[in-house]
Amino acid sequence: MTDATTVTESPTTAADEPDPVPDHPAEGAHEHTSDKLYIRVAIVLAIMTASEVAWPYIVDDGPVLMFPLLIVMSIKFVIIASFFMHLRFDSKVLTRIFYTGLLLAAGVYVAALFTFQVFGI
Amino acid sequence: MTDTTTNERLAAAEALEQRAGKEAAERSAVAGAYADDPAHDHHITNTGISNPKLAMWVFLGSECLLFGGLISTFLLYKNNNLAGGPTPHDVYDIELTSISSFVLLMSSLTMVLAVSAIQRGEQARMRLWLVSTALLGGTFIGGQAYEFQVFVKEGLGFTTNSAGSAFFALTGFHGVHVTIGIVMLLSTVILSAVGRIPRARAEAVEIVGLYWHFVDIVWVLIFTVVYLIP
Repeated sequence: MTDATTVTESPTTAADEPDPVPDHPAEGAHEHTSDKLYIRVAIVLAIMTASEVAWPYIVDDGPVLMFPLLIVMSIKFVIIASFFMHLRFDSKVLTRIFYTGLLLAAGVYVAALFTFQVFGI
Repeated sequence: MTDTTTNERLAAAEALEQRAGKEAAERSAVAGAYADDPAHDHHITNTGISNPKLAMWVFLGSECLLFGGLISTFLLYKNNNLAGGPTPHDVYDIELTSISSFVLLMSSLTMVLAVSAIQRGEQARMRLWLVSTALLGGTFIGGQAYEFQVFVKEGLGFTTNSAGSAFFALTGFHGVHVTIGIVMLLSTVILSAVGRIPRARAEAVEIVGLYWHFVDIVWVLIFTVVYLIP
């Protein structure tokens, strides 16, 4: 004899319900972060992007234009990697892996630039 | 005196052996308990990081090299229009690209909120944020497609000159990455809807999120280096 309650249960309904074991820690859960922090970080990023877009309208071409843009870009990069990608809270191994890739990428650019300069391409 | 010391050493060795045996038994008991539990199907690793997550980070590290090469190529060829036609800087629409950049930036926020929701076990909310992320990603792709067709109309195609080739290769590769990300997001939504992503598997969503944030982080570089710096 099948119980009526059991029959009415469906996988879709089960998927919508909160986890039945609320105390069970989720894999990779980060205790230090909250939605409010993420929203604050996003607001900071939005302000930085707006200032980036405004900057070329304020100053003329040259180092005064370029360097602040590069600095703001680098800060945005680090903020996204640290907070949204959780590098700030995760194992340092991951930080090393990612930034090693980034350094190698910068090395690729320097090597390409050097090659073009040397061979006059 | 010597016998006493030897006996003490033997006793200590026996105690160590017993302790090691007990620990091994505990480990196999834990492994056995989780053998049929899909939420614990990952292995204990030396780094303390699960293999899928580590693999994604290594993949992203290698992706830095791919985009590093593409950005380098663009920087070296950006003023090369020896074959004629305009350079990308002649046809940029910074206002449109700024809006696209903002949209992609906000998609990173919705993505991280989706990860946060699944870590709290809020399945429906996670799916809402994931769909929002996919829609924002779709908006970005729509903007990029519009930008490309405007550029082509203004005389800058993929084969017009070296600068055009480098520009379309770089932004096109990024667009393909965003599109793959959208497919991953929608697949995650479907898997969650059929109950395949319980809270204990929140890391699966986090891994999709890592890819998405990487796509965003690359655009942060492209937007500044390619569009804003003349």
